[in-house]
Amino acid sequence: MLLDSLFNGVAIGSVLLVAALGLAIVFGLMGVINLAHGELMMLGAYTTYVTQLIFKLPLLKPYYNAYVIVSIFFAFIVSGVVGILLEKTVIRKLYGSPLETLLATWGVSLILQQFVRSVPLAYGTGLVISLIIGLFLPSVFSSKVKESINFKYVKFSSWIFAALAGVLSGNLISSSVSKLSRASARNVDVTAPAWMRGQVEILGTNFPKTRLMIIIITLISVIAITLFLNQSAWGMRIRAVTQNREMSDCLGISTEKVDVLTFGIGSGLAGVAGVAVSLLGSVGPNVGGNYIVGCFMVVVLGGVGNLLGTIFASFGIGIMTDLIGAGRLLSIWPDMPLPLSNTINFFATTSMARVMIFALIVIFLQFKPTGLFPQKGRMVES
Amino acid sequence: MEFKNLKLSKKTTFVIWVIIIAFIIAAPSILPVFRLNLLGRYLSLAIVALGVDLIWGFTGLLSLGQGIFFALGGYCAAMYLQITSSSEFPNNIPEFFGLYGVDNLPFFWEPFRSPIFSLFAIWVIPALVAGILGFLVFRNRIKGVYFSILTQAALLVFFNFFNGQQKLINGTNGLKTDVTQLFGQMVGSESIQRMFFWITALLVIAAWFFSKWVVKGRFGNILIGIRDDEPRVRFTGYNPVLFKTIIFSIAGGLAGISGALYTVQSGIVSPQFMTVPFSIEMVIWVAVGGRGTLLGAILGAVLINYAKSLVSEALPASWMFIQGGLFILVVTALPEGVLGWLQGEGPRNLLQKLGLKRKIETYPSLEIKNETEGLKNE
Repeated sequence: MLLDSLFNGVAIGSVLLVAALGLAIVFGLMGVINLAHGELMMLGAYTTYVTQLIFKLPLLKPYYNAYVIVSIFFAFIVSGVVGILLEKTVIRKLYGSPLETLLATWGVSLILQQFVRSVPLAYGTGLVISLIIGLFLPSVFSSKVKESINFKYVKFSSWIFAALAGVLSGNLISSSVSKLSRASARNVDVTAPAWMRGQVEILGTNFPKTRLMIIIITLISVIAITLFLNQSAWGMRIRAVTQNREMSDCLGISTEKVDVLTFGIGSGLAGVAGVAVSLLGSVGPNVGGNYIVGCFMVVVLGGVGNLLGTIFASFGIGIMTDLIGAGRLLSIWPDMPLPLSNTINFFATTSMARVMIFALIVIFLQFKPTGLFPQKGRMVES
Repeated sequence: MEFKNLKLSKKTTFVIWVIIIAFIIAAPSILPVFRLNLLGRYLSLAIVALGVDLIWGFTGLLSLGQGIFFALGGYCAAMYLQITSSSEFPNNIPEFFGLYGVDNLPFFWEPFRSPIFSLFAIWVIPALVAGILGFLVFRNRIKGVYFSILTQAALLVFFNFFNGQQKLINGTNGLKTDVTQLFGQMVGSESIQRMFFWITALLVIAAWFFSKWVVKGRFGNILIGIRDDEPRVRFTGYNPVLFKTIIFSIAGGLAGISGALYTVQSGIVSPQFMTVPFSIEMVIWVAVGGRGTLLGAILGAVLINYAKSLVSEALPASWMFIQGGLFILVVTALPEGVLGWLQGEGPRNLLQKLGLKRKIETYPSLEIKNETEGLKNE
């Protein structure tokens, strides 16, 4: 019973964690909350759907079972590239004004939602493919080519090549997969491959395999991001800029590159979260909105600049959601006094659990306004 | 972002007001009933926009949760109308209670039998909720983006609460007002709606004068000080928490009035008033009109909503693209809004780009030069 509850809580928490991870890293670095984060998750979820349909083609049918694994990488790349584009075109211009960034990213989220509704997914895929080629093709050339004056022609021609590739692949997909050739605002469903369906028995309790898979995805993402931040050179630069942007800039770290990289990684993580979300329910243009406020709560509760805070906060919120929402306190302590049990019954739905958790977080902030693990500093403004 | 404090010149303000008032007076005779009702609704949205301008344009607090207070005001008005016209239903309580098998009126409905209590509740309850919520947040020096996402979370929490409580306030179906009675007539009838139009128009003007009065003088200066450099205001000996709480609860009260007027003119209040997009839209009305101008908030609310209804009728799918583009455009290219652009260098720069000569003010630097020379001589 208790194990069951704990598992449910951890499962809810791990979706929150993988979704909030990217948001928290970007917020820690740039002080920017990306309201389009939910829509980047949605792109990840749709990527899973598209990958699934492509793997049903006769050519790839034998490998169908592996499509979830492949779609994790695809989702990371798709959302990451859209994120990089967003950083390069909008967010960079609004540096130092976080409130304006908030509004601009909301605009982006509206456009992404409507884009998914009114553009056939096949051509959407084609557009993303051309973006990937256009953004990354110029960087594969040697530095000798890059420094020459004619590099702008190289860039230009690689964009033309990218556009061609996008149109071709869009047409190819739309002619081979009929489901992707029409635009539709309806929700779509991702079906898990056979090896992920069903339940697995641990210590006498049954756990659904999809939930275990999500926990594994989250675990791998957290370990990968921790290793990257703590072991790699770029990770060190990201940590440095997070701690003190001006000083890092003075010491020769290209803060611009750090910003793009971090934003790309944060968005990519949103894509990975999208894969997890697609395994839980149907995928629609509004799927991100259901998770985004939970992510905000995690960021507020966890504090900035420390992954540990994000981890604790998401599992804390997950376990509390399950405890309150399913009314488990009553089954643990069946003969509690009547008024108390009435209150617990009143809050024993998922939506009322959110109300309760928000109240608890506001109370928590009265004692620790900067979250669980605040950054230490001597600045007046934090 | 460095943000100039805009002061519209007296002339501009006067001209814009003359246009607005002339339009309001002419509207009932030139617009068909349907459009007039829409205009009345959008005018009532201008009041919530004034509140957003007070907290965002003047104090620098970006609230993404004004929908809470807007809906609370709407619910107060709807509860009064429902309960006064419930005499023919079983148990003397509104009809929807019967659907859920509720026989006794929930206790918090009871005071709404009184019209005077309801008239006060419409703005006092939202203002109180805003004040409490604001105080709890501001006293911990939570601000900026943190404040914005907390208000958004609060909005969703209120939405969940109202959406889930069928037995208390009819949950997701909301409360209808158009079939209720007021002064012996249906609220949805044309004569009552026309009356609400005039009340709305008068209240918009009153709210503008009130907001103008709030931001005038030392109180307004402190608000602007908080926006531009809050620690400095604190070090000077003022307590920003108090001022922020007051202005946030004023904005909440304005939102409540606006929500009540909107509800009686649209005929229903439902948790849909507390959705996330609606509350963010309120901010964009102010941003497009020109924040920190008050008049811009009114113009922005009315014009954008009118544009929205026209575009949505013609091309339903394109409004989301237009709106999304508007959000991006207004913060990157037009941070001072349309009125700010008109008041500043905008038109002159445009004329110059079109090839016309730019008028140059006569030797603005001459006087300063003399002064420095004088100092040198000393």
